[in-house]
Order: sequence, then C-alpha cells, then structure tokens
Amino acid sequence: MRGKLSLRRSPLVFIKAKTMRILGIETSCDETGIAIYDEDKGILSHQLYSQVKVHADYGGVVPELASRDHVRKTLPLIDKALKEAGCTADDIDAIAYTAGPGLVGALLVGSTVARGLAFAWNKPVVPVHHMEGHLLAPMLEDEVPEFPFIALLVSGGHSLLVEVQNIGEYTVLGESIDDAVGEAFDKTAKLMGLDYPGGPRLAKLAESGRTGIYKFPRPMTDRPGLDFSFSGLKTFAANTLRAEIDEANDENNEQVKADIAYAFQEAAVDTLVIKCKRALKQTGLKRLVIAGGVSANTELRAKLKELMTSLRGQVYYPRLEYCTDNGAMIAYAGLQRFKAGHIDDAAQVHPRWPLEELASVVK
Amino acid sequence: MSKRILAIDTSTEACSVAVLTQDNVYSEFDICPREHNQRVLPMVDKLLAQAQLKLNQIDAIAVGAGPGSFTGVRIATGIVQGLAYGAKLPVAPVSSLAAMAHSAFRQEQSQNIICAIDARMSEIYLGAFQVSKLGQIQQVIGEAVTAPVGALGSLSTDTDWAGVGTGWQTYQSELSAQINAKVSEQVVFPHAIDIAYLAQANENAWVEAEKISPSYLRNEVTWKKLPGKG
Ligand SMILES: Nc1ncnc2c1ncn2[C@@H]1O[C@H](COP(=O)(O)OP(=O)(O)OP(=O)(O)O)[C@@H](O)[C@H]1O
Ligand SMILES: [Mg+2]
Repeated sequence: MRGKLSLRRSPLVFIKAKTMRILGIETSCDETGIAIYDEDKGILSHQLYSQVKVHADYGGVVPELASRDHVRKTLPLIDKALKEAGCTADDIDAIAYTAGPGLVGALLVGSTVARGLAFAWNKPVVPVHHMEGHLLAPMLEDEVPEFPFIALLVSGGHSLLVEVQNIGEYTVLGESIDDAVGEAFDKTAKLMGLDYPGGPRLAKLAESGRTGIYKFPRPMTDRPGLDFSFSGLKTFAANTLRAEIDEANDENNEQVKADIAYAFQEAAVDTLVIKCKRALKQTGLKRLVIAGGVSANTELRAKLKELMTSLRGQVYYPRLEYCTDNGAMIAYAGLQRFKAGHIDDAAQVHPRWPLEELASVVK
Repeated sequence: MSKRILAIDTSTEACSVAVLTQDNVYSEFDICPREHNQRVLPMVDKLLAQAQLKLNQIDAIAVGAGPGSFTGVRIATGIVQGLAYGAKLPVAPVSSLAAMAHSAFRQEQSQNIICAIDARMSEIYLGAFQVSKLGQIQQVIGEAVTAPVGALGSLSTDTDWAGVGTGWQTYQSELSAQINAKVSEQVVFPHAIDIAYLAQANENAWVEAEKISPSYLRNEVTWKKLPGKG
C-alpha cells in the first residue's frame, strides 16, 4: 500500500510531459509538401515543391508526371525539413501522410515513403484526410476559431460548405453539383489563354477589369439550398469571350478579357458569399472559416470579411502559403488524429473519400 | 563475408520480399495485384524475424527498379526509400528484367535469357542477358520498350535461348517467329531473391536512397503537350 502511494507521489508528476512532434507528408496532387509540427512551438519547418511548371505545358495536372515528380522530391524535402527543424528520428512521435482524396498514384508516393520511414523508425503512421487538412489550416494561425463554425472549403477539386462541431464532426451542408470553384477559375483562365494554374492569374487579370461591363449569373442562388454549380459560369465566360473578342482587332482584347475576368470573379465570389450567409443563418453560427486554394483569393477574403462584419461575426483563414496544398496542414491534422489514437497501418489510399466518413476525435 | 541484403519487388502483378544472409535465403512471394502496398511491410517484418535480424543489421536494401507497372515500381521505390532513409542504409536498384534472367539461371540453369514483360499498348519491356554464375549477369542488348515484332532482330539465332516473362505469353507467336527460344513456364515474374543476389554481387551500384529513380523506360506516350509547347 505504502509503496503504491509513494510511487504516485514520485517527482515524475512534476516533470512536464515532452511535447509531441509529428512529420507531415502531402503528395495528393501536384505539390510535394513536408512539414514538422510541434504541439507547443507550432510549425518547425515547412517545405514545399510545386510542380506547376511540370504541368503548365499540358494545361492541367498529368497524373503520371505528378507521381514521378513526387518520387524525386519527397525524400529530399523530408531531409531538408528534419535538418531545418533540427530533429532526428528520436524527436518525432508519429508520421502523418495524406491518404486521400486525390490522385491515386500521387497519394501512393506519400503513403509508401511514410510507411517505410515509420517502419524504420518504429513510429506510428497517421492517415490524414486532405480536406480535413485544409479545413484545419486556420488553426496554425495566432487567432484560431472556436468550435462550432461553418467552413467554406474551396479548392481545385472541392467546393464544400461544412458545419463543423469539432474535429471529425462534419456535416456537409452544400457542395458543387458539377465543377469545383477552383476548377472553374482554372478552366475559364485556360479559355482566356492564361497558363496553368489559371486561378491566381485570372484573379490578377481581374484587377485591371472594370465594374459593370458584363453581368454574369449567380448560379443556384435564386432557389433555396446550399449546393453550388460553377460549370455554367465557365460556359458563360466562353460565350462572352466568343461574342466580344475580335481576333482581327487586337488592341482592345486585353481590356475585354480583363473585364470578363472581373465579371467572372465577381459572380463566383458573390455566389460563395450568398451561400455562406445562408449557411450561417440556417445554423445560427457566427464563425466562418475559409480554406483551400481559392481562399487565397483577395476578393473572396474581402467580401467574406465584409459579410462577417455585417453579421457581427468573424472570419478566419490560413495565411496564403497554407491555403493551397502544403505539409503543414497535414502535420497539424495528423497530430490531432494521433492524439485521438487514430493511427492505422491499413496502407490504403482513398482517391475518393467523403469528409463525413471521418470519426470524431472526441467521441 | 557477404553482405546482408533486404530486397523488395512490386514491379509486376507479383509482390516479393527476400532477405539474403551469408548462409540463408528467406523469402515471400505472392501474386496479389492491387495489394502490394498492404503486403510488403508485413512480409519484411516476417522475414526479418525469421532471419533474426533488425533492419539496421542489414547492409543494403535492394529494390526492383523496373521496368514494369509504373505504380508498382513506385510502391517498392517509396517503401524502400522510406526504409533506407530511416535506417541510414544504401539502396541497390536492380532491373526487374535482369532479376528475371537471374531467376531463370537460378531455377532452370538457363544461361542465355530473353526477358519480355507485357507493357500493354501492344509493347513489351525487353532485355536479353547472359548469366554465368549466381549474381553475375551481363546485358546482351540494352533494355527497351518496343513492339514485339522485329524486337529480337539483333540477337544471335544460334544461341540456346530461354524466354521468360509475361511478354512471352501475350506475344508468343510474334516473338517465337523471330527466334527459337524455350519459353519458361516457371519464371514469369521477377523475384526479390534474384534482386538480392544481384545487389549483393555489385556493391558499386549501391547509392543513397535519394538518388534512386524508377526505370520506367516508357516516357511521354500517354500524355500530350498543349499545341505550341515544346
Ligand atoms: N488567388 C486565387 N484566386 C482564385 N483561385 C485560386 C487562387 N489561388 C489559387 N487558386 C485555385 O486554387 C486551386 C488550388 O488549390 P488547392 O491546391 O487547394 O487545390 P487541389 O489540392 O488541387 O484540390 P483539392 O484540395 O480539392 O484536392 C486551383 O484551382 C487554383 O486555381
Ligand atoms: Mg488541396
């Protein structure tokens, strides 16, 4: 009895538990992202290699080339991250990797390297949902949203409105019935002759566009519901370009394109704002998180900020480098899953993987 | 003392792992398309336990570097990169065609071997080799991806050839019309055992994990650039 008591009172209690550190690996599409996250200190290193140049000549991501490039970049970036963070195997508690959704061949690179490394280091592996990574990216900032909140996830492959009760407690309120908003940006940009990925380039072009020249529709805003449709905007842009661009007279074309870019962006942003407002109203929530590649869009950020100010709520978004794909968000999401015991070596990647299938970290 | 090798191959439908030590060969082999990623590490674990070795007691990790299924080759490459980087071991990339030739020598005593893997899209991955003793191999023609018809034109017709690999099944008539070869029924896929032998015999080819790259042979056929882009 005595022995037991004295054990409980051992000085061990006063030694602060070592903070947890995790290595995150992202290879789901055309970015190789590696990061090391420390529970206390935050991101210790964040490495990113973008394959944009590889795919630009093809006008879109070529899956086989993406996989080949991930093979070249993953290990060197892991090495760089560990060195920058001053970490060795002993300092790392777990290895997180994006297990889906994404391109199967690309996902497999991260999955295999992560699992090989975890075997050698004798550490657990944590499969991470790419969109949960995006969704939690704002948690890497100083000011983090409290649960529950509404998340607008807008990227190259997704347009989702999600009610977030906690990590892993997601209700999808609305999603795109056709193209994702990033995809619509990219396709429209391509129509205008802009290089891949056109989204940010189209946004840049829109800066020199004029207001009120063209009026694009706001798809699916005239009826109730929170789903999106963006392929019509792309078609509308195509038709407007065809009608307005005069191949023979080059002079005016740049301005016309800028005006179309402006009108396209205005319509896309407006549509997203209307749906966010509806989702907030429907749920009574006052916090809005935006994440994913399109959350880098200045116009969208500004308009959502306006909206939240008018609703006396608050909008949260990640810094620009954590909007598009990156390893930091995977490391962060991985650590939350790791702490909840969601480790697993089923070694399955999931090219398609609904967000709602995830388990809560608290239940 | 000969070096201890852990070898992994997933370049075809077959998945295999081997541990080669001074005195013993331990191996696992299974034909399990689409399950390679799940199967490899448990096989590694099992064989290291059988050999009573820890990963860091291995001298080099050998990998079936292709040619073969793009995804398959990358699975072994990724796992081997992770293992080798994590355990600070060198990697020995070994051609899957050479591995098949070595397998024909080891199992059927063939010395002149034409290896052909069905590469889909009406092509084969082709290689021809001479094997004189365990671990010793010589290329007779360079490895290539090619149409089966006319592929064997440069090979001597008075050699006693053995034909191995799935290419000999899919393109039996096209290949047999060009050369007289005894097609092996036993050796159809690469095996990690042979990859281990070839790696053990050639320490000069060991490199850092970052340096390895799959041997795809096929480039730029399934994707096209935009008009006007070089
Ligand atoms: N400033 C911007 N304005 C509009 N779109 C942008 C901007 N910056 C990036 N994007 C778009 O974001 C997308 C890339 O985001 P992200 O990397 O998150 O997508 P993804 O990983 O390809 O898709 P997913 O995350 O759905 O799998 C592209 O479609 C790109 O055009
Ligand atoms: Mg993404």
